Parts: sequence; C-alpha cells; structure tokens
Amino acid sequence: MIFVELLCRYPYVTGTSVIGIKYKDGILMAADMGGSYGSTLRYKSVERMKPIGKHSLLGASGEISDFQELLRYLDELILYDNMWDDGNSLGPKEVHSYLTRVMYNRRNKFNPLWNSLVLGGVKKGQKYLGTVVSMIGVHFEDNHVATGFGNHLARPILRDEWHENLSFEDGVKLLEKCMLVLLYRDRSAINKLQIAKITEEGTTISPPYSLKTFWGFSAFKNPTLGAEGSW
Amino acid sequence: MFRNQYDTDVTTWSPAGRLFQVEYAMEAVKQGSAAIGLRSMTHVVLACVNKANSELSSHQKKIFKVDDHIGVAIAGLTADGRVLSKYMRSECINYSFTYDSPLPVGRLVVQLADKAQVCTQRSWKRPYGVGLLAAGLDESGAHLYYNCPSGNYFEYQAFAIGSRSQAAKTYLERRFETFVNASREDLIKDALIAIRETLQGERLKSSICTVAVVGGGEPFHILDPETIQHLIDAFEIVGDEDPPANEQGAAAAADAEEGATAEQGATAGEGGDGAADEGAAPMDI
Repeated sequence: MIFVELLCRYPYVTGTSVIGIKYKDGILMAADMGGSYGSTLRYKSVERMKPIGKHSLLGASGEISDFQELLRYLDELILYDNMWDDGNSLGPKEVHSYLTRVMYNRRNKFNPLWNSLVLGGVKKGQKYLGTVVSMIGVHFEDNHVATGFGNHLARPILRDEWHENLSFEDGVKLLEKCMLVLLYRDRSAINKLQIAKITEEGTTISPPYSLKTFWGFSAFKNPTLGAEGSW
Repeated sequence: MFRNQYDTDVTTWSPAGRLFQVEYAMEAVKQGSAAIGLRSMTHVVLACVNKANSELSSHQKKIFKVDDHIGVAIAGLTADGRVLSKYMRSECINYSFTYDSPLPVGRLVVQLADKAQVCTQRSWKRPYGVGLLAAGLDESGAHLYYNCPSGNYFEYQAFAIGSRSQAAKTYLERRFETFVNASREDLIKDALIAIRETLQGERLKSSICTVAVVGGGEPFHILDPETIQHLIDAFEIVGDEDPPANEQGAAAAADAEEGATAEQGATAGEGGDGAADEGAAPMDI
C-alpha cells in the first residue's frame, strides 16, 4: 500500500493559511507568522511571504523547510535570469509555471515538497495571481486564492465581498476580516501577521502586527452555567 | 583564400591569430543561395532564393519555423541548418513547457552562438557550415539576428547572406532607415526587391523565392506562392533592367487578377531578356 507518509515523510514545522487577492494596483497577500510543531505553536516569527525577482511575491503554507528549499531554487532561477542581462525577465506567470513543474515532478517521484503556494505579481500592467495547491502540483489562477483553512473560511467571504479595482485600504480591510475569522477558528493560527503588497513599482511587506480580538461574549462570562458540577 | 599549413585542424591557430577552418566554414555560407531579412518595429520579414538541383527535383527548404514567434532562414550547408533548426525548436518548446511563455529570441540566439562556439574549440568537431538569420519577437519588440559559424551573432535592422548578397546589402543599406516604421506590405516589398537584386538577369517569380513574416499579432508563417506572385505583379518587380523605384501600377494590376502561377507571372511584363527559363519546374509546390 502506498501511503505518502511511508514514502515521503511527515511535515514537521508547518505554516497555516495564506490568502491572496487582486486589487487596483496589483496583488495583496496576507499570512500569519506562525510555525507550528505539530499541535504546539512553536515559532512565532516565521516570514511566510517573500519577494521573488522584480515582479513576483510568493507565499507558502506547509512545511517551512521545504519553503526555504523552494526559495533556494527560485534564487538560482532569478540569478540566471539576471545574468542574461538582456532586457528580458521572468514574470509571475513564468515563475508560477516553473513552480508547478517543480512540485509536480517531485510528487511523481514520491518525494514532494510539502507546501501549498500562492504566487502573485504584476508585470507590464498585467496582474497575475496563481496558486499551486499542495504537493500534488495542481495549479490555477483566480482573482482571490487561499491555502489550507483559508479555502474554507476565507474564500466564502472573498466570493461575496471581493470586487474588481479594490483600493489598497479596502483590500487590506478585506484581508484582515478574513484573517480574523481564521484567527478565531483555525487552531494553528497566531495573532501576529503581515500583509504584503506587490505593484508595478515593487514589493512591500509590512512589519508584523496584531488584530484586535473580542472575547467578551456573555457565554464566555459564565461558562459553567447550565453544566451542573462543572467548573 | 589559399591553402596553408595551419588550416587542417580547427584547433590550430595561424601565426596571424586566425582559425582558418572557421573562416572556411564562413565561405560555405557565402556559397549558399541568398537569404535576406529585414525588420520594422513590429514585424520581421525573411526571404530567400530557392535553388533546385535540377528541374526534376524540389527546392531546398531554407526557411524554418522554430516557434510561433521565431523563424530562421539559412544559407550554406542546409543539412547543418536543418539540425540547428531542430535544436532551436527543441529549446523553444522546452522553455514554453516550463515557463508557459515564449522563449525570448535574444536568448535563443545566444544559446545557438554558444553551441557554434563549441565546434570551434574541439579537435573532434567541425564548425557548422551554415549562417542563420533568426527573426523573432520578444518583450522588447521585433528582432533580426545573424548567427555565424564562428559563434558570433549580431543584431541587424536588415541583412543579407549567401551568394550575391552584396547586391542585396547595397539596396538594403540605401533603404534601411525607412524600415523602422514601414508597414508590413512595404517591408515585404523591400524584401522582394532585395531578392531580385541577387538574381542576375533571372526574372523574379514566386517559384524561385520564399517569403516569411512574423509580427504584429501574426505568428511566424511562410507566405504561399499565390500571395507572393500577386505582390510581385503588384509591385511590378520583374527584370533586372527596372530600377527599384520604378513602378507601373495599373497595367500590372490587371494581370495580377489572372491568378498567380509562375507561367502567368512570366507573361505579365516583359523583362526583355528573352526569358529562356520560364515555366514552372515540375515539382513546384
């Protein structure tokens, strides 16, 4: 019997959801800074979004060490691209396609990179947002994408509230709304996140910050009401 | 060039610092039938003279489509040209598969040049005996490159290679400043006139030349003989005697209506040179 764990190990340190949306000037992406070690929220300063070359931004969930390996591959790719020094450069579509090939080839050898990736970017005015889902190599493009729990909790919100030509402020508000739901409901989420934006001018990744949460629900005040004998 | 004691191996330098085998390879290019290329901001046109061994055989294929956005014209050892075209096609399709994007022509020609250079530095190889005019599009617009057996490559606004190419080059040098903003039709017309310059006395007809275009949304493709004959008739590019700027217009337009087989082209305007070689070769495609 072929279990993927038998042939290709377990993930150890993992990141949770990444969300990406297109907005007026480019792409906005959000991810928290948590690296879980199983059920322990062990590392709290993991940067899960990185710029790639001049035109792309990559966000990853899943095994952090595999993400770091991918960054090395991409670093080499961009280096060789720059070495041509000829006015041509790899755009987000090309990087996305390259990543798909890498992920799919690894899965075919039963040695996957245990990640779900979100790749966004802008080149020559063209916005591109694509995602490679997990270690299988499935990939597609959309106006809003998410990985992991984000697919279940954030996408429905985005389907209702995303629209073309969001302003930067509206886009951030929308992402924060989604991240708040994930914070409440995803047990591997932590309250320390970054928002990244990529436009024709370049990439900016915000410093880490926290969302305001509210726990003052009446049901939380007297939790044992109605549970006789509990404390 | 005369034989000397330094020309046996490609890996032997002459005292003057020359590699004679490489230079002899470039001679092979000069012996091939002419190929020319010219470009504007948006389009590139390649044209060449077709030679057939005899009336009974088909013409040498000299223009190859490498990808939707790149094509090459060759002059010299056509077998070498065919093999290099296969390499170029392979590189293009691999790049497309990995990056979902067309290979920039500037990168392809560098790869080709590096491949040619290898053959100038191995004792068990010989240089490729073919010159390639590569026409293609990338992010920065339309480009025309010439790749040499020596491993050098240059970008050109217009260029001609092969036998009697100097006549074409002279014409192109006179006209090249107009190419940048020329329309697609004008570019093709200039290409046909340049081809005519390389034909000494022979009448220009679509059976002896091939023309290909890429650019402005059009993928690289070879124009069919009927279209070419129409253009030849419309521009009244017939004999060697007519100066390039001289066009007769109306009279030729009526003839152009009759369709465009080579025989028709021969009756359209008299070049006055007896035209002993009219009529299509049996294997005209």
